[in-house]
This record gives sequence, structure tokens and C-alpha cells, in this order.
Amino acid sequence: MNNLINITIDGKQYQAHEGKNLVEAAKENGIYIPTLCHFHEINTPLGTCRICTVCVNGKTTTSCTTKVYEGMEVEINTPELLNTRKAIIEMLYAEGNHFCPSCEKSGNCDMQNLGYDMGVTNSRFPHVYSNKVVDFTSDRMIMESNRCILCKRCVEEIKTKDGKDVFSFVSRGIKTRVHIDYEQEKKLTDAEAMHAMNICPVGAILVKGMIYEQPFGDRKYDMTGKLKETQIHTDFIKRNDENKFIVATTSLAGCFGCHMSLLDIDLEILDILEIVEFNKSPLTDIKKFSKRCDIGLIEGGCANSENIEVLKEFRKKCDILVAFGECAIMGGIPAMRNFVPLKECLEEAYIHGLTSEIGTNIIPNHEDIPKLLNNVYPCNEIVKIDYYIPGCPPNANHIWKVVKNILLNEEYSITHEEFKYD
Amino acid sequence: MSYPISIYKVILVTTLIFLIMVTKENAIHRSKLLNVLWDIQRKRRFISRDDMKKISKEFNISMIELEGVISFYHFFHLSNAGKYTIYLNCSTISQHKDYQAVKKTFQDELGILIGNVTKDNLFGFFKTSCIGLSDQETSALINGHPFTNLTPEKVQTIISKLRNGHSVESLSNDPKNNIQYTPKDEAKTIFFKTYSKGKGLSKLATLTPDEVIQLITKSKLSGRGGAFFPTGMKWEMCRNNKSDQKYIICNADEGEPGTFKDRVLMNKYPGLLIEGMAIAGYAVGAHEGIIYLRAEYLYLKESIEKTIKEFEESGLLGKNILGINNFDFTVHIQMGAGAYICGEETALIASMEGKRGEPSTKEYFPVEKGFLGKPTVVNNVETLCAVPRILEMGLDNYLSIGTKETPGTKLLSVSGDCKKLGVYEIEWGMKLRDFLSLIEAEDPYMVLFNGFSGECLSKVDFDREISGENLLAEHIQFNFKDPIEYSRKMSGVGLRSGGSIMVFNKSRNLIGILKNITKFFVAESCGICVPCRTGNFLLNKKINKIIFGHADIKDLEQIKEWSTIIKQSSRCGLGKTSTNCLLTALLKFPEEFKKYLTAESNFNHSFNIENAVENYNTIIQEIESTYE
Repeated sequence: MNNLINITIDGKQYQAHEGKNLVEAAKENGIYIPTLCHFHEINTPLGTCRICTVCVNGKTTTSCTTKVYEGMEVEINTPELLNTRKAIIEMLYAEGNHFCPSCEKSGNCDMQNLGYDMGVTNSRFPHVYSNKVVDFTSDRMIMESNRCILCKRCVEEIKTKDGKDVFSFVSRGIKTRVHIDYEQEKKLTDAEAMHAMNICPVGAILVKGMIYEQPFGDRKYDMTGKLKETQIHTDFIKRNDENKFIVATTSLAGCFGCHMSLLDIDLEILDILEIVEFNKSPLTDIKKFSKRCDIGLIEGGCANSENIEVLKEFRKKCDILVAFGECAIMGGIPAMRNFVPLKECLEEAYIHGLTSEIGTNIIPNHEDIPKLLNNVYPCNEIVKIDYYIPGCPPNANHIWKVVKNILLNEEYSITHEEFKYD
Repeated sequence: MSYPISIYKVILVTTLIFLIMVTKENAIHRSKLLNVLWDIQRKRRFISRDDMKKISKEFNISMIELEGVISFYHFFHLSNAGKYTIYLNCSTISQHKDYQAVKKTFQDELGILIGNVTKDNLFGFFKTSCIGLSDQETSALINGHPFTNLTPEKVQTIISKLRNGHSVESLSNDPKNNIQYTPKDEAKTIFFKTYSKGKGLSKLATLTPDEVIQLITKSKLSGRGGAFFPTGMKWEMCRNNKSDQKYIICNADEGEPGTFKDRVLMNKYPGLLIEGMAIAGYAVGAHEGIIYLRAEYLYLKESIEKTIKEFEESGLLGKNILGINNFDFTVHIQMGAGAYICGEETALIASMEGKRGEPSTKEYFPVEKGFLGKPTVVNNVETLCAVPRILEMGLDNYLSIGTKETPGTKLLSVSGDCKKLGVYEIEWGMKLRDFLSLIEAEDPYMVLFNGFSGECLSKVDFDREISGENLLAEHIQFNFKDPIEYSRKMSGVGLRSGGSIMVFNKSRNLIGILKNITKFFVAESCGICVPCRTGNFLLNKKINKIIFGHADIKDLEQIKEWSTIIKQSSRCGLGKTSTNCLLTALLKFPEEFKKYLTAESNFNHSFNIENAVENYNTIIQEIESTYE
């Protein structure tokens, strides 16, 4: 175990202790391999999240399950492997229902932080729209399956004093979930319950009353990430003419918060107006496209038939479409209704709700009223989206940098503080 | 119709007696869990909350852990699965036969849709992945009994007879062996020839364990389940691990769609298998052998057990076998419960230990820490059956058959569009083209080689030979971008198969076959890692998008990219091989995809506004009528 051996990582020679796992061995040499399921207390590595996929002697494998040996050749940061790791994170986002703006763990979430590190602005995979439940039954804990990434940490780590499992995988394949055993959960001490919440790399396990401990800015990854910069790689789109750029904006199923943030560019908006002319937009109150636009900025996802029409109109009339804000990218807060049957949503809103008049029995409907869709969809599930600006709302600087990037073909990088999903 | 009360009573009493018996043995071993669950499933037709409470207490595990185990296996049910539980095979080969008509007849006769149970709990009707009867499709299992070559008429008779009180057993039919071919030169036949009990095993009288291992190593015998790990090396590693207890496990979880050669071997030559296990036990120093038999082959259990008994009675199993001191060996059967992944050796071991059949990270190989933490050899049925034959015929004779890297013969299960369906024993080295004419394939267009985790072969591959010669590393083999380069580089490369060969002619819809394949992996992924769990689900959606004519060229590029990502990053062999067929089909049959494609567009054609608002329209109508 204490023998020093030589390994090659991305073409450079390093020394490591024989038999040490590759994540740790690389870390000792100052090389970072991202992980999600791996944590240093765990005895047998889980190898479930696959984020630490690297290439060892030509074969892809996970570094947490690989022990180093003499002469080992490891590739970690090749473009292909970086892309694979990013894809895995994106697949986790597509599989679950992750709404960072409304998540208790936001800012302390390992998966979110990896998303920031890798510059994930949207998922390349279509959303799975899985039917998952939030289990409040247990007295102390909440199991939020929508966020669970099935890393198995809690299943392996959290046991009662008599050695029984508190959490377990149930079902298999795409239907696999982690469930709590209510009876066993009662046997845990408060400290053990907190431990369960803390080892959860996402916001799936929550201890009631013990969430929202730190204010924004002081959360785990707010602090550690201050100096990091996220590189965003996008293809430049060339423009030909030298006239003013024409921009259109709209808010679909959104709250106009992203538009507010757009105005937060402050005085720089004057610079923008030098080169930009707004067409159809709530800012100008122009209701119909009067000419073809270079850029369309879309806030909000698609919740009803009108949203779809507007979005398709934008796609037809604009050369470049930019989805800005979590709702446009992931569906956001409105998409949280996807977990509730549409009928219940409507009845709650118009018939049984606290604010509905007693005796009300009508759900407003008329051919002029847009029809609600079965799900709230992210914009890229309907039309092609060229750029994504995450955030709830997106940071004004981030929006400005993207606009500059598109209009002036300038390279840009986003600081950790500007790149947020919440 | 409902059962008379007395039947309920009998069921309850037997289960109670059973549980009381179980209780008496203190701290039952976890590895008995699957058997207990099977007993209750068989008697009660499901595992109730009350049963679960008792079981979790007896096994000293939490309810949720137990539920995790039960819900992992698709033959275990948490609600009543019917007195007669029907599983209809939904795999591609079945689909190409009478699946649709048979399914419809079942549904009409029972008055339920597939996936449901009749109101009187008499019949449950479910679909299942390939049940190892591809040469006699359409096939189904009813309470574990096989029904082959089903037609709508047969289904009607079966259902009405069951309703009239006939036993399932009396209606089921024993699957045929369909052994179609053995090498012309009888001296070159290894498996399908006269078997005389104990002939191979008796050779141990003159061989030391080390000599046996050397012999097997020299024979270049390798894992016939499809992984082709050298058997001799595996045994030697196990032998070198000192332990008070070691195990020989026979992997009889023949789940790869289109494979059924192990079924035929176990049906016709169970003795060969038992001898193989005993020899393996002798070689590595193990005294216990376990056959992990897939639940779909329940009907083979009795005859194998009978053979085991005969072996025991004639002193070929038990203590001091053949008078050799300390050569003690027993064999028993462990039933699986419906999970393709349990064919993966570490998942198989987890399943035998009464856990969810999830593969391990291979921190330790089974030969180091396997079943119950003890050194364990896991070998395929065919591998083990070859062992006594090698001893019997001698190394030199064995090596004279087949090719240099793969001596001997190979069993291949043949299904699909050919005249002579069944099992073939061929000498390694036969050209695929010759094999296709041997099976009388009718105008073969695509050959699905090695099952759903194998690859699609087109006519450019037909001149390759079936052997393990000149193999390429997998990441090269599945990474060709250009079909011309592929055919140039692969022409001399051997084709090595675990045993499944499905042949399709031009009339078959290739995309439909791929849809069936992706669906299979969605159903069989264990769910532990995201690339396999969700990646395959998304690929299945993509294939549907193609079929609906909503896909464009970008979708094909995405399929390629995603398939490669799944291949690179999945946790076990299931995920890593799940996209092989898709990748090879894209390379070799691009025109099959292209004919479905639409022009590239900025709009996602698979989003349909009418469908998306349909729900809303119905709700508005419903609510208006409810509250009027």
C-alpha cells in the first residue's frame, strides 16, 4: 500500500501510493476528478453516478472504483471525456425534476455545483417527465424523489443500530426509486437523520425544520466557487449586414422576472440601444412582428397553446433564439404542476381553492382562452433554441455578455457568481 | 367466478405452517430469501404486506429492503397475479410470428388488457422478455409451464380448458430440443453425442486438481455465455485463493434474447453439466455447486434434480466421490425470479444472496470474494458441459477440432427467418455464409449476432468466420465511422458468439426490431446507473420518433452520440453492450433509417399540439358535466 508507483495522467508523469483509488491519487497530485456518489468515508466505492468516468489504458471506467498501479496510463481531461461527463450530468437533469430556484438544497447541492463547473446551460436530452412523488409521511424526513439521482449513498450509509436499512432502492430500471422505511427511520437519532440529509448530494433527503440554514451568498458553493470562472463554448453565428441589430423579446409561462433582470443591465442598456433596435417586445409594447429579427429572447416555458404559437412565431421570425431563465430552459416553477394531474390543478384553482367563491362550478373556458397543455414544456422541446442563459432570474451581466457575444462575436467567460440556476 | 372459501383456507394454512417452520430455524440465512418469496408467490399468487411483515422479521431486514428485493424481480408480485399467471413473450422473434394475434386472443378471452389481472383473480396476463423458446414461437409461460407455437385457436382452447378445471400441467407441452446439426465427422462432435454417465468424471481418478486446471487452460476453453473469459485462468485464480469454503456456480440464467442452447443442454444432458460442476469443484477445491436456473426454465428443475439424485445414489456426488479422499461435492438448484441482469455474474451472486440483482463494481472478482464472500467460480452451462467431454476425449483430440484460438465446437441457437430453427453444434471456424445456408436462411438481410447485446451483421460480414481469431478491441470494433473502412478492416476478424443468432430477411422492419431491442433494455436495466437507466429510455423514445416520421438527420447523430456515451459510462456489461446493435445498424443499414427521416427543421415534429391539449379538452367536458 505504501509503495510509490508511477502513473501517467494526460501525458504527464505522477507518483502515487499503490492501491489507492484513482480519485484520491489524482487529488494528491492536484488533479481534480469530479464525483457525485463518491465520498471519502465510504468503504466500498459505489460507482453509481458515473461522473468520474476516465480512460484507463484505453478503456473507459470510473476512477472511484479503480486502484492505481505501476505504469497505469490515465486520460482525464480529453474533450471526449469532458463531454461524456457533462452528458451524464445533463442526463441526470433530464431524468429528474430539478427546479433549482425552489430547491432547499440549492447552493449546497453537489450536482448543481458540477453543473456550474462544467458550464451546463441546458440538457441535451429531452425531459423524461417521470412521475415521482414527494413523500412527507415520515415524521422527521421528506423524501423528494423528483430530485433523487439514485447515487445509493443513503442506502449504503444510513443503517439503524441493529443494522437494518432505512433507505432502499425499490423497483428497477427507469422506475427505480429510493424509498424510506418509516419504522426504521424513527430509530435514527437526530444526528443520524441530519447525516442522511448532508450526505445526499442533491436535495432528495430533507429533515423537516432543518433546511434553509444559510442565507444566499453563504451557502457551501457560494463560498467555494467565488473565484471560479465557467467557460462557455458556443459557436459564433455570423451576421452579414451592418445595420442595427433587431431584437424581440417575450415572456411565455414566466413571471417577467427575467425581463426585470434584463433592465438590470443599468446604464449599459444605453450602449445596447446604440446598436440594437427592439421590435416585438413587452418593453416596446409592439404586439406584432413588423420585421425579421436577429435575436429573439424567450422567457418562460410553454404551459398553454398560446405559448406554443408565440414560440413558433418567434422561431419563424428570428434568426437566433435565446432561452433565458430557468423556466424557458427547464420549465421552471410552472413545470412543478407536471407532478399533479391537470384536472386537480384546474379544480384547485377554480373550484375548491380558498379564493374561489362558494358554489363556483365553472372552469373558465372559451375558444379565445388558451388551452392548458398536459405538461409544461421547456422551449427546446418545441423549437430549436440556439443559446441558453440559466438563472432565476439570470444575472444581468450574464445576459449582457451573451448578447455581446452574439452581436459582436466576442469571447466571454462567466464568473461563478453570475452563473447560477437559482 | 371466485374460489370456494376452502381454497383460501388451504392456502392460508399452508403458508402459516410454512412460516412457522421457517420461524423455528433461528436466524434463517439470507440466501434462502428468494426461495421463501417463491413459495409464497406460488401459493398465494402474490406477496402481501402481512407476508412481508413476517418475512422481514424472520430475515431481520427492514420492510423497505424486502420491498426492494421483491420489486426487483418481475415474477414476484405485490398484488394478486391471478391463479393462472400468463407471461407472453414479447421479444422480436415472437412479434414476427403470431404475437399480435395471440395477444389479442388472450385479451379477448380474458376480457383484460395485457398487464392486468381478471376481476375474479383467476387469470393474470403479462408480457415478458425472451423466455428461451425462440425456435418455437409464439410462446408463453403459464404458472411456469411452457406453451409453444401458440395460435389464436390454441389460446382459446387453453383458456376454456383452464376455466373448466384442467390442470396447467396437462395442457402445457414440453419444448422440443430441435437439435438440427452436429459436425459431419462424428469424431468432431463434442456436446451432442452419446453420453454415458460418469465417463468424464471418472478421469479424475488419475488427475490431480492442478493437472485438471492445466488441461482446461491448454484447451483454451473460455466462457461460453458470451464473455469468453479463459476458464482455466478463472479456476486457477479461485484455486489460489485459500478459503474454508468455495463455490461452483453454474450460470443457467440464459437470458440473452434468442439464446436457448443451454435449455437444450440441460434438458438433454443434465448429467454432463453436473459432471462439469463436480470436476470444477475438484479442480478449485470447492465442495458445493449451485445451479442458478432462470425462472423461465422452472420446468427443467425437476428433471435436473432427478439427475442430481441419481448421481448421489451412484456415488458420483456426495462424499469421497470415486473413492478420492476429500472429493466431496453436492449440487443444488437456486431458482431466479425474472431479471436479465442476473446473468451478469456479480448480479447473479447478489441475487443468490437474497438481494436485489445489482452488479457489483468488481472491487473483488467472484474468484476472490464471491457467493457469501467466499471464492466462487461462475461458469456458463455450455462451458461446464464441455469440461467432462474434454477429459473424456483427451486434450489432443479436442485441440484438433476448431481453430487455434477457439478449439472445439460451439452451440448456436438459431431463430428468425430460416427454415431449420433450433440448436446447431458447429466446429469453430465455419464461415457465416456457409452457416446461413446450413440453416436455410431465406434471403438473409440482417443477422442479429449474439443477441440484443450483440451486433447487427449485414452482407459485408457474411464472409467472416465464426471463431475467436484476430479479434479487435471492442472500442475499435464499435467505433467505425465509415462502412467501407469497416468492411476492409473487419473482413478477417472472427465472429464470436455466446450462442444467439437471429436472422431477418428484407421483409422485416429493421427499425421495429431496434425498437424492440431498446425496449428490452429499458425493461431489464437494473436502474443503478443513469446512462443505462435513462439513456436507453431516451433512445427508445428516439426510435419511436423515427418510426413516427418526426426525426431528421440530427436525431441520427444524437442517437450515435448518446449510444457511445452509454457504452462508455455504464456501470456493467448490460449498459456497455446495450447500444451495440443500434450503433452497428446505423453503420451498416443507414438507408433503413433514412427512409423515415424528414427534412431538417427548427421545429420539433414530435410535439403535437392536438395531443398536448387533448387532456385539457376532456377535463373541461368532464367538469362541465359533473358540476352542471
